[in-house]
Amino acid sequence: MWDYTDKVLDLFYNPKNQGTIVDTNEPGIAVVFGEVGSIACGDALRLHLKIDITSDKILDARFQTFGCTSAIASSSALTELIKDLTLDEALKITNQEIADYLGGLPEAKMHCSVMGQEALEAAIYNYRGIKVEQHEEDEGTLICTCFSVSENKIRRVAIENNLTTAEQVTSYVKAGGGCSACLAAIEDILTAVQQETTATSKRLATEIAMAQEKALDRDRTVKPLTTVQKITLIQRVLEEVRPLLLADGGDVELYDVDGNTVKVLLKGACGSCSSSTATLKSAIEARLQEQVLPTLVVEAVEAI
Amino acid sequence: MLPYLQEYYGNPSSMHTFGGQVSKAIRNARLQIATLIGAEETELIFTSCGTEGNNTAIRAAIAAQPNRKHIITTQVEHACVLNVCKQLEKQGYTVTYLSVDSQGQIDLLELEAALTGNTALVSTMYANNETGVILPVEKIGALAKAYDAIYHVDAVQAVGKLPLNLQSSQIDLLTLSGHKLHAPKGIGALYVRRGFCFRPFLLGGHQERGRRAGTENVAGIIGLGAAAELAQQHFGKITQQTQLRDRLEQGLLSTIPDCQVNGDRTKRLPNTTNIGFKYIEGEAILFSLNQYGICASSGSACTSGSLEPSHVLRAMGLPYTILHGSIRFSLSRYTTLREIDRVLELMPAIVERLRALSPFNTDQADWLQDREEAIIVGSK
Ligand code: FES
Repeated sequence: MWDYTDKVLDLFYNPKNQGTIVDTNEPGIAVVFGEVGSIACGDALRLHLKIDITSDKILDARFQTFGCTSAIASSSALTELIKDLTLDEALKITNQEIADYLGGLPEAKMHCSVMGQEALEAAIYNYRGIKVEQHEEDEGTLICTCFSVSENKIRRVAIENNLTTAEQVTSYVKAGGGCSACLAAIEDILTAVQQETTATSKRLATEIAMAQEKALDRDRTVKPLTTVQKITLIQRVLEEVRPLLLADGGDVELYDVDGNTVKVLLKGACGSCSSSTATLKSAIEARLQEQVLPTLVVEAVEAI
Repeated sequence: MLPYLQEYYGNPSSMHTFGGQVSKAIRNARLQIATLIGAEETELIFTSCGTEGNNTAIRAAIAAQPNRKHIITTQVEHACVLNVCKQLEKQGYTVTYLSVDSQGQIDLLELEAALTGNTALVSTMYANNETGVILPVEKIGALAKAYDAIYHVDAVQAVGKLPLNLQSSQIDLLTLSGHKLHAPKGIGALYVRRGFCFRPFLLGGHQERGRRAGTENVAGIIGLGAAAELAQQHFGKITQQTQLRDRLEQGLLSTIPDCQVNGDRTKRLPNTTNIGFKYIEGEAILFSLNQYGICASSGSACTSGSLEPSHVLRAMGLPYTILHGSIRFSLSRYTTLREIDRVLELMPAIVERLRALSPFNTDQADWLQDREEAIIVGSK
């Protein structure tokens, strides 16, 4: 027996927005529907939308579902989530949001939430006159013939839901849940996706770091720092250094900033040893020069 | 069973009195089971379940005929037979999976055509776990013997419901499982015809005369023995079960449109009915029934997590409209008339509600037709 949340069971026993929407040719109103799934695969969803043409808003949403408990509950959840949204807003709804609305779904049933998101897309594409075949997802190699799932679809769902195992892919899009001949191919796609995402995140991280650096440089060169800005930055660097000093029984405090001279008070263990004072001073100086202004000099002052 | 979990806790393999008491009780259980299936006590090996029995039987059979590399089974076997066969295919065996007709019955001519001097084993069910359809085991056995092939029968569903006399049969190996006849779960037995050159699956101590090592599940064995004796006593009452089953079936068929019984209605277990409700999905029916404390099942419990519709119903060539909405009702000797009438009272509304939710509520649904045809063409 599946371990469904109370919300799932409630929406299964008392579904909301079931049925169809009849087009009454009202001016300014469009009625469309989108379908996904098939009886062969054992679940199918037909989503009906009533759209206000001028505002692009979903006025009403109804569903017909052939499927299990969680497919019926997911369809209810979907219709509740999208009412009153504009079509663009609705397109941003993810399958995870459908699952969240239900208080979660057993992982093996996540494909019900995916089906909801796809039916929504199908309905909106229908309305906008984009043929489903033109939708890039349906192009690309067919990976799972048992459930007609393409490579693009596996990629999208894996990326959107952070899937790392073929088993998860089966739970989300059914691919691999039949003869299992496609499992190896699914694994390959997952490895490729993972490599790409690590590569992308590395690249992004470097790009962001470079952009930040540039922005800093620009700030430094374009506009000279005001005294307040300079002091705030110096304080920030000193705060970064303090935990290290504290760990060794010392501490540092900003005493004054006079032009490009930063006067600091070295305390505890840091203040007592002359050679360490010199090292410390230069260590702090280097950081300040790097992160605030290259012309800064640090001076240690005696505590009064 | 309780005393064997409390006072008589001895290990039957121990030499002391404690052990002695227990081993005596096991002997008695063995006799009770042997009597039920018409076998000798020494022809029984206790196992942990039907799966262990089937795995052991298949492996023992091919080990006994190392020069033969062909196996015959059916498309509608339990996963614990099919998956072993699939694995053996990878190890160089050829496996013929006999087809079934729309009634779930095999064709003996197809079997005969498949048999060769290279056939090591024929393994078939006695009665199917999903539809209850009974296969002609004696005829199958005779054909297998004509080619000196070993005949194994998975009788998990049939033992206790159909009379058996293995002494005078063509069956070499036969599997049974406790919980199918009111014994606890986690106990089963394998019948091995006397004189069969048996190679054990589990190696270790000398339990079960060296044929299945491992400490006995004493309480389970005692339970299985008692259940076998009770089953024997209740054979006479089976007609009552059949009458209740038929009442359920006829009631459903007459009050709910677009439903049908799957499988042969005459050659069938007395307690099983598999009914397909068009246009709706099985799990949704099960959850609806569960709300009222009624437990039925879709497919086999061992494959209920699978996404594919039942392999048994698919092998019978049922259309998808029925395939996904098929439910198995199993009765026991404790099922009452009241319970049956309660199901009959509830089912029409459950089916109607789910059909109202479904986009496929008639065969005329164009969407349904397009898709079903597309898939059938695509899958060929
Ligand atoms: S091809 Fe994917 S499960 Fe069969």
